[in-house]
Amino acid sequence: MISAPDVVAFTKEDEYEEEPYNEPALPEEYSVPLFPFASQGANPWSKLSGAKFSRDFILISEFSEQVGPQPLLTIPNDTKVFGTFDLNYFSLRIMSVDYQASFVGHPPGSAYPKLNFVEDSKVVLGDSKEGAFAYVHHLTLYDLEARGFVRPFCMAYISADQHKIMQQFQELSAEFSKASECLKTGNRKAFAGELEKKLKDLDYTRTVLHTETEIQKKANDKGFYSSQAIEKANELASVEKSIIEHQDLLKQIRSYPHRKLKGSNLCSGEMEHIQDQRDQAATTSNPDESADTDLYTCRPAYTPKLIKAKSTKCFDKKLKTLEELCDTEYFTQTLAQLSHIEHMFRGDLCYLLTSQIDRALLKQQHIANFLFEDFVELNDRVVEKQESAPSKASQDRPPSRSLEECPIPQVLISIGSYKSSVESVLIKMEQEVGDEEYKEVEVTEPSSFDPQESLDYLDMDMKGSISSGESIEVLGTEKSTSVLSKSDSQASLTVPLSPQVVRSKAVSHRTISEDSIEVLSTCPSEALIPDDFKASYPSAINEEESYAGEGEGAIRFQASLSPPEPGEAEEGSLENTPSQTDSCCIGKESDSLRGQLSTPIHTHSDEDGVVSSPPQRYRQKDQGFHVDFAAENASPSSRDISSEGFPAYELDPSCLLASRDVSKTSLDNYSDTTSYVSSVASTSLDRTPSSAHPASPSSERHKKRAGQNALKFIRQYPFAHPAIYSLLSGRTLVVLGEDEAKVRKLVTALSIFVPNYSGSVKPVRHWVSSPLHIMDFQKWKLIGLQRVASPANAGTLHALSRYSRYTSILDLDNKTLRCPLYRGALVPRLADHRTQIKRGSTYYLHVQSMLTQLCSKAFLYTFCHHLHLPAHDKETEEMVASRQASFLKLTLGLVNEDVKVVQYLAELLKLHYMQESPGTSHPTLRFDYVPSFLYKI
Amino acid sequence: MLRWLMGGGREPQGLAEKSPLQTIGEEQTQNPYTELLVLKAHHDIVRFLVQLDDYRFASAGDDGIVVVWNAQTGEKLLELNGHTQKITAIITFPSLEACEEKNQLILTASADKTVIVWDCDTGRQVQKVSCFQSTVKCLTVLQRLDVWLSGGNDLCVWNRKLDLLCKTSHLSDTGISALIEIPKNCVVAAVGKELIIFKLVAPTEGSLEWNILEVKRLLDHQDNILSLVNVNDLSFVSGSHVGELIIWDILDWTMQACERNFWTQLDTQQEIKLYQNPNDISIHHFTWDEENVFAAVGRGLYVYNLQTRRVIACQKTAHDSSVLHIARLPNRQLISCSEDGSVRIWELREKRQLTAEPVPTGFFNMWGFGRVNKQASQPSKKQQEDATSFSLELIGDLIGHSSSVEMFLYFEDHGLVTCSADHLIILWKNGERESGLRSLKLFQKLEENGDLYLTV
Repeated sequence: MISAPDVVAFTKEDEYEEEPYNEPALPEEYSVPLFPFASQGANPWSKLSGAKFSRDFILISEFSEQVGPQPLLTIPNDTKVFGTFDLNYFSLRIMSVDYQASFVGHPPGSAYPKLNFVEDSKVVLGDSKEGAFAYVHHLTLYDLEARGFVRPFCMAYISADQHKIMQQFQELSAEFSKASECLKTGNRKAFAGELEKKLKDLDYTRTVLHTETEIQKKANDKGFYSSQAIEKANELASVEKSIIEHQDLLKQIRSYPHRKLKGSNLCSGEMEHIQDQRDQAATTSNPDESADTDLYTCRPAYTPKLIKAKSTKCFDKKLKTLEELCDTEYFTQTLAQLSHIEHMFRGDLCYLLTSQIDRALLKQQHIANFLFEDFVELNDRVVEKQESAPSKASQDRPPSRSLEECPIPQVLISIGSYKSSVESVLIKMEQEVGDEEYKEVEVTEPSSFDPQESLDYLDMDMKGSISSGESIEVLGTEKSTSVLSKSDSQASLTVPLSPQVVRSKAVSHRTISEDSIEVLSTCPSEALIPDDFKASYPSAINEEESYAGEGEGAIRFQASLSPPEPGEAEEGSLENTPSQTDSCCIGKESDSLRGQLSTPIHTHSDEDGVVSSPPQRYRQKDQGFHVDFAAENASPSSRDISSEGFPAYELDPSCLLASRDVSKTSLDNYSDTTSYVSSVASTSLDRTPSSAHPASPSSERHKKRAGQNALKFIRQYPFAHPAIYSLLSGRTLVVLGEDEAKVRKLVTALSIFVPNYSGSVKPVRHWVSSPLHIMDFQKWKLIGLQRVASPANAGTLHALSRYSRYTSILDLDNKTLRCPLYRGALVPRLADHRTQIKRGSTYYLHVQSMLTQLCSKAFLYTFCHHLHLPAHDKETEEMVASRQASFLKLTLGLVNEDVKVVQYLAELLKLHYMQESPGTSHPTLRFDYVPSFLYKI
Repeated sequence: MLRWLMGGGREPQGLAEKSPLQTIGEEQTQNPYTELLVLKAHHDIVRFLVQLDDYRFASAGDDGIVVVWNAQTGEKLLELNGHTQKITAIITFPSLEACEEKNQLILTASADKTVIVWDCDTGRQVQKVSCFQSTVKCLTVLQRLDVWLSGGNDLCVWNRKLDLLCKTSHLSDTGISALIEIPKNCVVAAVGKELIIFKLVAPTEGSLEWNILEVKRLLDHQDNILSLVNVNDLSFVSGSHVGELIIWDILDWTMQACERNFWTQLDTQQEIKLYQNPNDISIHHFTWDEENVFAAVGRGLYVYNLQTRRVIACQKTAHDSSVLHIARLPNRQLISCSEDGSVRIWELREKRQLTAEPVPTGFFNMWGFGRVNKQASQPSKKQQEDATSFSLELIGDLIGHSSSVEMFLYFEDHGLVTCSADHLIILWKNGERESGLRSLKLFQKLEENGDLYLTV
């Protein structure tokens, strides 16, 4: 952990609260009144207090054709999490913004029904009444029995922190795309299976009907057909048609473009399945033989059923559950992915951002970070490296490379500027209550400020008031973008923010109405709103802003692109259901369906889902979306202030600016990789910082525990410094004790100080009961050793005393330490027993940041050319050595034994750098012939 | 002895309180070996180490396998499997200059009564001889004649192609324990208490046959001969189980000097005690330089000067138990390894001893020995006291093995390799030098990768 450890530790929402180290209580007169919400268990940074649920969760909903929007499941599946939150209501909300049509049916000019492999849509929306904000990921699954063969679903990440959803949009989108892809893959598999069964049924039905018709023909010798016979013949014809249609559907579902699957390792099995299915398709494509061959070769277990002409009505049927719709294996995989997402985004935004910054910075130190960082993250790093390699190669603009490689520092800036803006507001409160925004903005962000831009940004708030009064505002969706559009969008990104662009952004933003849902990103067609609406009068802004201050629970609305309203859709289904049979769904209904859905279709008129509007617009929308978010984001913190009579906009511009810059730069970072397009082409999204998964909660807890115990150790034992010095300098520390739990606890605590070897295993053994061997000292740097009060133990102790020169021995039972002297300055800073840090996690971060600092020293020392090689031929080794010594002492400021620590780390760095395949061998055991001393309490 | 562990806080020097074993604390400023690497490949006692070239060595032991190692990196290069029983002798077979085949060969003899020739570059088993009646216990190569000899119950002469050239009759059931080459195409074989000198007759115009003839038997040792070395152009030395050290003229095979039991004549009481345990005085190994022969006698180390023909320095209890191998390093250090599992580094230091000066108590043991010598040779007393005296100073010890250290090998550039009964081989290195080498390599790699930027 590199950055701002203290702050982060406070902002992280702990899953379980650990017992902080209890300092003696302050006298009453010094105590400060507690944060008013503290009694509710909330920390001052928590925005959750307004929400009806306790923490973020994932909701899966379906737009059921029978009952309308309904919640299916939540992750975590714990009623405590969402509490009194109205899932039904929220499902209705999130499903109602899915205006993306997934069209199935007869498209004009096509003989057969056509499946569209529609892309998922991603929407961010907010419900200020409920205090909930959500990232909503819509997807459609195929179901043979459903209307139009499609079942619309959505997965929503629901959080009380709008800021979080917005800032983490890329990451959320990438992760949910993975889950969705997995679900859809399973669904395609299941759907193909369904179709096969259905085909068999139909074939059987045809045979039966055929026989019946023949019988009737024979029985009927009058020379004309009875009405019954005609009916039979019609029925037969419709079965024939249905067979052809289903075969076509099967072909379509199997020809799902393979490229979509590349890079999605979740669905690696898919390719084989497809191959299988291809083979099967070859057999089934011949209608005459298919029944027989299938019956005997493929699925002998399945007996075809006769399909009645008038089957049960659609709404009488029980629709398949999500699990039935999808192959079970894929379903569980999806659930796993979703709970991974839930873990990944747990906690405060500040924490998430910091850990992202942290990871990005760690990536930059890829040579030295193995020493004290976790392996999980390192592995991720390796994977990422591989993934990013091709995209890097494809770049043709070298200058952007550096930007792309370190996307996070910009985020860092945003945090910084955010902070500074808050501070500046405080100053303003004292000094001026004017409305000279320009000046203020210049104060906060003097370098990058552009008056024109800020005007535009302010404008958009104004614009918003026009459309208030409606119920839903969709400020942006991230819809499917075609592969084709990418190049265009790239081109557009090289153009700096033009007024035109800003306008389109401005249009997209609506403010304040009385309703409760706001959707915070824009969709392309909104840009059609005339520019004339744009007004840029500061006075107007003031009004607008004060209005914003009042309308807290207000709604933002976006009219133009609403999906089929729930009512409408239901109407449609009702209309169709009475006469519906399974087979006729395709034929009869398709026309009406087409009619209904004709409006949205134009955006998805072909399989790739090419967006009809110009891609660069869309691109810039994306920026606007960031900006909007920033504006929204500022409001929670400004509310308190504005309630005291300060115009909220004073806060806004700087925030806007800051985060706009962020979004701009972050866009720039991605602009030259084709990967950025955030829809289903999810492979490339892996590159974004989020893909390095944060450490799992268990290891998080582990860290916290370790930190806490280390803190205890430091306070409890006066000889903590030489012990830690032993660990840092690579001298094995043996913790000797009778009580296993105690020893394990201390070993875990101290393990945070142990430098790793080249990334194999952490050189720590928690508990050993056999005598130690020389190999152990080569392999392990921290060992918990059992002390048994029996003669058997003599061997153990004998070995220990024999190898005493390689070890420091901490005797837990007698509270003694035997180890070399330490007189350096480093460890006292690392492990100050009078430290004010009370929490384990905070202390852990403190240690990590200190150690990172140390690593950088070791890195400098290792890679300074002149320190290790003679400057000219005549230079003796002694001179080189003295140069090293003076570098360590004067440049790096190391005293006494600290030198040895850096030297040891440098050796590890050298070994790591030179190792061809990391983790293959253990480094040599290095030691010094130095006397040891015995420390007692 | 574990007092410090129990809270006493004393160094384990308490160990030495009752025995005169010299110990050195944890502070060993002159000990260069500050880095070690444990090499594990064997499954049984590792008894032999042999150097192949500047950077490779081979190890062999009771598990019957031979392993070729890189002494620089500790990397295991080859594992040679072929013997079914423990290996009893190993020797390198240098290739002839004329020979186009430059591959390094080694010969190994095993208790399975075979000798195998290996190619150390490829790991290939070149040839195998399995026509032995008995276990071959020693091997020697006569490079001048391009033949090699195997010594078991009889002595056989082989050429490079592994044709048996000639052999002696059955010598003894105990077999030949040591074999060295001496000038005039002769070899000395130690068979029990006897030293037998054989002459090798190479084919001439007269006869095409090789022949080996027994020339002389030397019967001066009273007990089994354990060690036999060629000291210089003039003499060879043999040592026996009861501590006899005899120096022989290498040309006429006569006894030049003999030290019989001289290590034990301190007082009668001790003599009796020591006779009860002949292991304490048996001579296991010799090493030599221009002036001195260093003998590992029981637990002690003795330095015998060839010119003055007397012991000039000694450490009576250099180790806790028998010293198995000693070697003189080019840097004038003496290294010994022992059954107690430790390796010790000694330095022979000159000391101008003034007669007037009171003898420090620490040297009593040595001077006690000197007195013994005085009694034996009174005339030399004066000379000795004026002359430079020497002492063996312990400058460091290497502790790593948990069982007896069988042998070690010194590489000028890479440090020391020790092998032990705990199945391990340990590579001891000079940490500072290794660190420098690693830096050098690091910058080489950086340069190769093009990552090295030189700034002004």
